[in-house]
Amino acid sequence: MIAFLLPWRLVERNVIFYKRNPVVLLSAALEPFIFLFGLGVGLGKIVGDVTWAGEVLTYPEFVAPALVASSAMNGALFEMSYNFYFKLKESGTFEAILFTPLRLSHIYDGELVWAMLRGGIYSIVFVVALWVFGLLASPWAVFIPLVALLVGLAFAGLASWATTYVRHWQDFDLFFLVTQPLFLLSTTFFALDVYPEWCRPIVQATPLYHGVDLTRDLARGTVDVSAFGHLGYLLAMVAITRVLAVRRLAVLLQN
Amino acid sequence: MEQPIAAAGLTKTFGDFTAVDGIDLTIEPGESFAMLGPNGAGKSSTMRMVSTVSPITSGSLRIFGMDPHVDGPAIRDRLGVVAQENNLDDELSVVENIILYGRYFGLSWKEARAKATELLGFAQLEDRADARVTSLSGGMKRRLAIARALVNDPDLVLLDEPTTGLDPQARHLLWQRLYELKERGVTLLLTTHYMDEAEQLADRLVVMDHGTIVAQGAPAELIAEHVTREVLEVRYPPEAEIDLESLGLRLESLTDRILIYTDDGEATMTELVNSGRTPSSSLVRRASLEDVFLALTGRRLVE
Repeated sequence: MIAFLLPWRLVERNVIFYKRNPVVLLSAALEPFIFLFGLGVGLGKIVGDVTWAGEVLTYPEFVAPALVASSAMNGALFEMSYNFYFKLKESGTFEAILFTPLRLSHIYDGELVWAMLRGGIYSIVFVVALWVFGLLASPWAVFIPLVALLVGLAFAGLASWATTYVRHWQDFDLFFLVTQPLFLLSTTFFALDVYPEWCRPIVQATPLYHGVDLTRDLARGTVDVSAFGHLGYLLAMVAITRVLAVRRLAVLLQN
Repeated sequence: MEQPIAAAGLTKTFGDFTAVDGIDLTIEPGESFAMLGPNGAGKSSTMRMVSTVSPITSGSLRIFGMDPHVDGPAIRDRLGVVAQENNLDDELSVVENIILYGRYFGLSWKEARAKATELLGFAQLEDRADARVTSLSGGMKRRLAIARALVNDPDLVLLDEPTTGLDPQARHLLWQRLYELKERGVTLLLTTHYMDEAEQLADRLVVMDHGTIVAQGAPAELIAEHVTREVLEVRYPPEAEIDLESLGLRLESLTDRILIYTDDGEATMTELVNSGRTPSSSLVRRASLEDVFLALTGRRLVE
């Protein structure tokens, strides 16, 4: 059997599970729309226009591309925290699969691919909707779903690694204590120059900022050399978290 | 066929704790082999090493002549594993549990579905095919776990305490299924702390305690070697001071009763009565593996 197809078995498993529980998929797909209308349109009435990269944008135009990145993050976090924890520590699903010819890395990669595909489909739907609403200004926007996939993969890696340290469900409170500020403060809802000078490097060091800045550049057609920095950051995050997570899983499951 | 299991000096340590302490073990094709011992004897650790998921600390281990460290996937392709803890996929239905497991083994969808139908029959779960796993009773879950472990037609099936926590009826049903596998020539390795289970299913067994093998052989051989043919169990009122030692009998005092090892229980009973040591209750039975364990370690299997 071709080795790279082995992780696909895990994707099949997840497709079968979600086919019977489509409501979960649907509610997650609605998330960016809710934020777009709730914050973009609602809050936008108060905020008014935003100046970004020398261009004056309506608030929905400003927020919409960022929501693609942040919902890719949220989708990956959900899939690779609660769901991953359940299969790792509660139901023994991963333990059982390790008694088959599949290896730990196949299981892990299968879960990552699934999280990425799931997030990817959401982001395509959302990007098409944004196009229809006239909130995207540049043909570069066709690359936004790819960036969303990368953001999803990077956060799926981070979340799964962190989840290997979770001891009981209550620990996830800590987890979201970290991710909520990331969601709110990564220039998703206000531009970097709103922050005090000293604070900006901190924001720029966090992972979601890179996804948000890149999707916004693609949406407005203001792509420049900084794109390589953003991509490099996210790719490095994928590679590093994968090594760390697989190592931790071996400690937990193959001791 | 190659020897399913050959272990020499097999050792597993976790930090300072030695779970398995240099055991030698060989199992021949078609054999039904049991590891009997109390909790913490090292049975499960041995199972996990044989199933290739737990690396050995030292010694040597070959499964079908292959090294588990190097050939894990090739070995697992020929293994069926029923773990001690229920690890069925709770998010899938009964039949999906078997089909998807078949897919992990590389079966085509068609093969996996056909196999699932066959195995649901074997496990007597046909009418529960579309039920959620969480709705099954303990006995049904265990039967499903065994059915799932057979999806790849394994040459060696590992069962870690297959009937722990099940009611007697469910245990007997499970034993029937395992007996059927044994009849088909499948090699079985099971752990248990129930001596009747080992007596029912095992051609040969090892008694384990504190990570070592304290005795091995066929059930009847072990009984003949370590205990007498019969056991007389007697009870006396707590305040009674009865001296049995002076009769020169082989005794084992438990908290609630005294076991007397004898080749003729009735004759020994008569002897007690005649010497004015009539117990308040008594029972003559055949010696069991439990007695072997007690004789070897001074402790009982299930505390």
